[in-house]
Amino acid sequence: MNESNTLILRTAALFLMPLQLLFSVFLLLRGHDEPGGGFIAGLVASGAVVLFLFSYGVREARSLLRVDPRDLLAAGLLFGLASVFPALLVGDPLMTAQWWYLPMPGGGTLKLSTPLIFDIGVYLTVVGAILTMVFALSQAESDA
Amino acid sequence: MSLAALPILVPLAAGALSVAFWRSVAAQRAIALAGTLILLFVSILLMQQVHSEGFVVLHMGGWQAPLGITLAVDMLGAIMVLLTGITGLAIALFSLGDTPERHEKFGYYPLMHLLLAGVAGSFVTGDIFNLYVWFEVMLIASFALLTLGGERAQMEGAIKYVTLNLFSSAIFLSAVGILYGLVGTLNMADIAQKLGQVEDTGMVNVVAVMFMVAFGIKASAFPLFFWLPASYHTPLVGVSALFAGLLTKVGVYSLFRMFTVVFDHDVAYTHTILLWVAALTMLSGVLGAAAQFEFRRILSFHIISQIGYMILGLALYTPLAIIGGVFYIMHHIIVKTTLFLVSGVTYRLTGTHELSELGGFYRERPMLSVLFLIPAFSLAGMPPLSGFFAKLIVIRAGIEAEAWTVTAVALLVGLLTLYSMVKIWAEVFWKARPEAEDGVQRPEPRTEGLVWMYVAITGLAACTIFIGLNGQPIYNLAEVAAEQLMQPQGYIDAVLEGRP
Amino acid sequence: MEALYAATVGVLMACGIYLVLRARTFPVIMGLTLISHAVNLFLFATGRLALRAPAVIGQSETYTDPLPQALVLTAIVIGFAMTAFVVVLALRAVVELRNDHVDGVDPDEDWRP
Repeated sequence: MNESNTLILRTAALFLMPLQLLFSVFLLLRGHDEPGGGFIAGLVASGAVVLFLFSYGVREARSLLRVDPRDLLAAGLLFGLASVFPALLVGDPLMTAQWWYLPMPGGGTLKLSTPLIFDIGVYLTVVGAILTMVFALSQAESDA
Repeated sequence: MSLAALPILVPLAAGALSVAFWRSVAAQRAIALAGTLILLFVSILLMQQVHSEGFVVLHMGGWQAPLGITLAVDMLGAIMVLLTGITGLAIALFSLGDTPERHEKFGYYPLMHLLLAGVAGSFVTGDIFNLYVWFEVMLIASFALLTLGGERAQMEGAIKYVTLNLFSSAIFLSAVGILYGLVGTLNMADIAQKLGQVEDTGMVNVVAVMFMVAFGIKASAFPLFFWLPASYHTPLVGVSALFAGLLTKVGVYSLFRMFTVVFDHDVAYTHTILLWVAALTMLSGVLGAAAQFEFRRILSFHIISQIGYMILGLALYTPLAIIGGVFYIMHHIIVKTTLFLVSGVTYRLTGTHELSELGGFYRERPMLSVLFLIPAFSLAGMPPLSGFFAKLIVIRAGIEAEAWTVTAVALLVGLLTLYSMVKIWAEVFWKARPEAEDGVQRPEPRTEGLVWMYVAITGLAACTIFIGLNGQPIYNLAEVAAEQLMQPQGYIDAVLEGRP
Repeated sequence: MEALYAATVGVLMACGIYLVLRARTFPVIMGLTLISHAVNLFLFATGRLALRAPAVIGQSETYTDPLPQALVLTAIVIGFAMTAFVVVLALRAVVELRNDHVDGVDPDEDWRP
């Protein structure tokens, strides 16, 4: 896909993208107890990159991402897989959710859990899969 | 410890690892081989566990049935998982020799693992919605494998395949919805138990028929089989063989599961429909094959006619018939995969699948000819190969049930199957290879990697002979499976044990 | 409300089936999408329709069955993946076949592959 020549879109994309990425992380982290989660967070994040792609082209988007989307996909799958096994170490049935509470300086507690690991896996998988697909499509279009 | 989750986890892990190594084809090949070997090993262990304990149940995440997702493997499930392991390993071996590097780079191996995970998942799950999820996992992997390479014929076949399969998923999902509305549970054992108390039997029949249609499309039963011959001959041979061996059988397995354990309330109604479906499926498949002159298309149509035999076993609904159906599935998965793989070798050596352009293989490759004859005669039902016993049991069950018409159809279809196999034999192996027309350059036969392909085919052919020679132990396994299906109370108790 | 809801599902399904029966890939994809929407709505209704009843215990006096909502969520995610794949497939097919007929050959055109 050729990059867009609209000044408005180009400028807006630069401002919107960081916001969208931040928002996606926010959605990811509040996911387990409240509306949110890895899947839609991943969609929002890939939306951010796709918006950038529309305004600056595939090559710029690829170099912005630095890593290949397929690596993100692989990392996501491995994260997802990794979240299955901690339950076995404690002796619970497979896939039982495990929670760890870490006291933080300043009085709060950090809640870590296998669902969170799984959500991160979903997040990376969604981002990786969508970007692999969109990159391939726009590459094919600009080659044709 | 329950092994029920391993047949899913092993291919998923192998798939994730091969995505991680997407840069290195060599690593992906090693993972493919190791992953399928481990899968076969795990499936043998699972079979042992089921054999000694009867049922292997695993409540995921510690949620007791019927609340959580339960994996429940009975003998039928264990047999199917074992066959998945065997087929998976054979396909992985064959792919090492036959897959072009272009396909390997575009994710052939991860998709293969994903497909195996979906298939194995469908066989081990005890939850109807989870079954839907595994169906979709399997479908999306199969869509991608079908279109890998992106050739003209593939695109055309894929559009039909995708549309009909998505439609069947929609029907499946609606049926799950109605069922949940009726009984308020998704656990198959729990559904089976509560369905008897539902007063609205008309509605139960509606749901049963919806499931029949949804699984019928996936199993390519009459009249909804058109997507199969339109698409199965288009992808790589390894992919075709994988589909031919496993995909439609997932539909058949689901029919077996649903129409023994769950829907046994009105056998006179549902299983009579199935009986007609079986007869027409057998007939239309074999007649379609008779009209074809392309190697893989003939084989594709024969999948359909063979599906008819399996459904016949289910539809007669006597213990012997169910044994026959299960035995037929075992025999068919192995034989069909072998035949497709043989067509892959002839394609490699000549660059065509058209019968008119093939020929002369008996003189050039006597070994390959033998490897074709074993599964071909087995498919047609010659003693002492596996197909003979499979057909014998089903037909004997038909005679005992006094279903004369269907039995006659089954016998006739057996004869026509032999005709098709003899046709392939005469055209591909016996007759001399026709001279190329002037100006048409035949592609040079590519022989690299042929060893892997031969290893895969020989292994599967050995399995066919093994089943044929060891009819009794295999029959005993099928008998255990049939007993568990005909008396679902054992399954129900095993799943719901320890329920609040 | 039930009648309206049922009518919505019915109309979506009817439109979807009509579109799936068309001969071009784009309407077929739209049809499949509409069918999956209809099925999702239907699935949602299997937990019975209720007003002002969240799917969480303790938020109000009554609560609805959360399971159909979880099922719909799963079905939506799967449907999303399927739709994305079919769109990619159809685009590739258009490039490869040079037309968007489901049979791969456009009967209205003289040009043949």
